[in-house]
Amino acid sequence: MREIETTAVTDLVSRFYQEANFSLPADVLAAFQNALHSEKSPQGRKVLETLLENADIAARRRVPLCQDTGLAVVFVRIGQEVHLIGNPLAEAINDGVAKAHREGYLRASVISSPCFRRENTGDNTPAVIHVEIVPGEPFDIAVLPKGAGSENMSRLLMLKPADGLTGLIDFVVETVEIAGAKPCPPIFLGIGVGGTMDRAAALSKQALLRPAGEANVDLKLADLEQEILARVNALGIGPGGLGGTVTCLGVALEEVPCHIASLPVAVNIQCNCARRASGSL
Amino acid sequence: MTVNLNPPLSAGDIADLKAGDEVLITGIIYTARDAAHQKLAELIEQQQDLPLELEGQVIYYVGPTPPSPGRAVGSAGPTTSSRMDSYTPAILSKGVRATIGKGERSEEVIAALRSHSAVYLAAVGGAGALLAEKIVAASPAAYPELGPEAIYRFEVKDFPAVVVIDSHGGNLYNSGRKRYRQQA
Repeated sequence: MREIETTAVTDLVSRFYQEANFSLPADVLAAFQNALHSEKSPQGRKVLETLLENADIAARRRVPLCQDTGLAVVFVRIGQEVHLIGNPLAEAINDGVAKAHREGYLRASVISSPCFRRENTGDNTPAVIHVEIVPGEPFDIAVLPKGAGSENMSRLLMLKPADGLTGLIDFVVETVEIAGAKPCPPIFLGIGVGGTMDRAAALSKQALLRPAGEANVDLKLADLEQEILARVNALGIGPGGLGGTVTCLGVALEEVPCHIASLPVAVNIQCNCARRASGSL
Repeated sequence: MTVNLNPPLSAGDIADLKAGDEVLITGIIYTARDAAHQKLAELIEQQQDLPLELEGQVIYYVGPTPPSPGRAVGSAGPTTSSRMDSYTPAILSKGVRATIGKGERSEEVIAALRSHSAVYLAAVGGAGALLAEKIVAASPAAYPELGPEAIYRFEVKDFPAVVVIDSHGGNLYNSGRKRYRQQA
């Protein structure tokens, strides 16, 4: 059995949440560079250049890449041989988010009660936490600050099995078309297929953790990702929504088994500011 | 084409702007997002005095991060404009000449831009660190009790934006998308 102090979890979440807000992952920057070569619209290329310059300024001056420093989505994989000592896990994670908010001068973007009291919680907590228990002794954590501009344009639909792949692809394309310039294109798409309504949604968020440019290991799913990418980029929305050939920089689709009568499809849109940081204890 | 804008702006400054033009703003602009819009729109509806003069002004939809020590402002990129759509016709009726945000506007806003001789500008969403470099000073202008949603007075220098919807109905979101759309 392995023992882990939860204060270490707090520190790691704080470090990752700040790191994610100041520095874009290398694969995202590489996707911008590739798009700069393929984008046909001059104004679209200018937006991409601006995003590259923005990433440079943010990293050098430690200014958040985007003013919407996100709602914290935290994925934890804990080995069943791990014993956590100290604060409850959720509390340790939230303490890390609050610490990042304080130390990194990040924005408090969370309100307590969406139905009645839209009062700011003041420290950007609570986080949305996904925990998976796995064999052995690992403790892996991934932090994804999620902005509302892109989250608000995400959609889920319970398709009929008869709608098939055509229905699935059409739904994704329609979602991106409706989103237009609002989610800060060029976007990334996380798509969750299968399970139940909630499982598909969680899967679509988890798909956004996959590095840009990395295809699904299943070749058929990888082909499906490419087909969706081509269809979405044919929409012409382009960087900043100003028109162009690069609307989407990457599609990550994951599937899980589902009911014989179901075809759940969740489309989670991620903005160009595709922040994430991950590591292990 | 790049046009330099120095607010306060006149209807004449706006008339020549066309969707697709790039602008650089130097001077004073005001921030406002959901809560401040709601308050201003209520006052306008009740025909009461406003806490600031809107004639000729530029409104920037932004909720910046808190500034770290030594900075005028934290990260300060545009937020999604459509959340302000229901309040915008009232705001424009008070002489606001330009709003800056990102994303599509409603038909009502597009019609109000035309009838009140105003434009809608887009700044690059996701470029909050870069745009903050163009903001040289910031001070509260109204509703300080709203915290990050308060109205701030920004002094900007060469703040870059693109004319998306002009006062003649030109719309870059529509024309740009049409131009680069490929038939399936």
